[in-house]
Amino acid sequence: MDRVPVLKIGDILLVSIQIDMEDHVALQLQEDLADQIVATGCHGVIIDISALDIVDSFVGRTLATIASISRVLDAETVVVGMRPAVAITLVELGLSLPGIRTALSVELGMALLARNRDDHVPSGTETDDQADIPAVPAQ
Amino acid sequence: MSDRSGAARDESQQIEVTSDQDVVRVRQLVRTVAVAVKLSLVDQTKLVTAASELARNTLVYGGGGTVEVGRVQNGRRSGIQIVFTDQGPGIADIDLALTDGYTTGGGLGLGLSGARRLVDEFDIETAVGRGTSITVTKWCR
Repeated sequence: MDRVPVLKIGDILLVSIQIDMEDHVALQLQEDLADQIVATGCHGVIIDISALDIVDSFVGRTLATIASISRVLDAETVVVGMRPAVAITLVELGLSLPGIRTALSVELGMALLARNRDDHVPSGTETDDQADIPAVPAQ
Repeated sequence: MSDRSGAARDESQQIEVTSDQDVVRVRQLVRTVAVAVKLSLVDQTKLVTAASELARNTLVYGGGGTVEVGRVQNGRRSGIQIVFTDQGPGIADIDLALTDGYTTGGGLGLGLSGARRLVDEFDIETAVGRGTSITVTKWCR
């Protein structure tokens, strides 16, 4: 069965979709990424769609779902490399992918993730504070 | 052979749609014909995207069916016509089904309404309990 590989580069998971995905392959990717985010503790996901000549509503919805799942798992997703004709078609289709961060290339996507990570964690104190919050007692 | 718009149709190719894999085959066939007819890149992308939406509908809502892709000629204009046919449950309320965001299948509800925006001509025939046939045409500019 076709499967889209997920590569780990430092703190980032990189996915480059190089095939015309059947719907179940897209759903498999969604699961694989969620598993890999938890297994590796990576804080960023880059999905390269520069090889895709179309993004229909199913793939668009899958990308949005991946971004939401990542966020819940403390990772940020950036979709990179969208072709101009694909962007035009997506918007006309009615899908503007709200909630998905985009960049023009993998390189710019990595820069975006690095910048956001720096903004969100200015020092090591934030995580220490969390430990002081008393746990909610179980009912 | 000619349809209501008076366009002459050349021989067409047909794909049976019974799985995800067939939806991919429909996309590839439409892309090949769109290139042969010399649609612009943006129009190719729009047509392949619309075909993907409608072929998936044929599979998911229609329970499978057939997709027929052919070249059409109207005077000096050439284009592509695609017919999606299923013998599924049909659509009870076409206007509602064509509304952005309306879905019975848990999707985004953009397939039918979005596909209509991406093509030049969109014709739908449906009868409850008998099935649905959707014909779309994209012309070269």
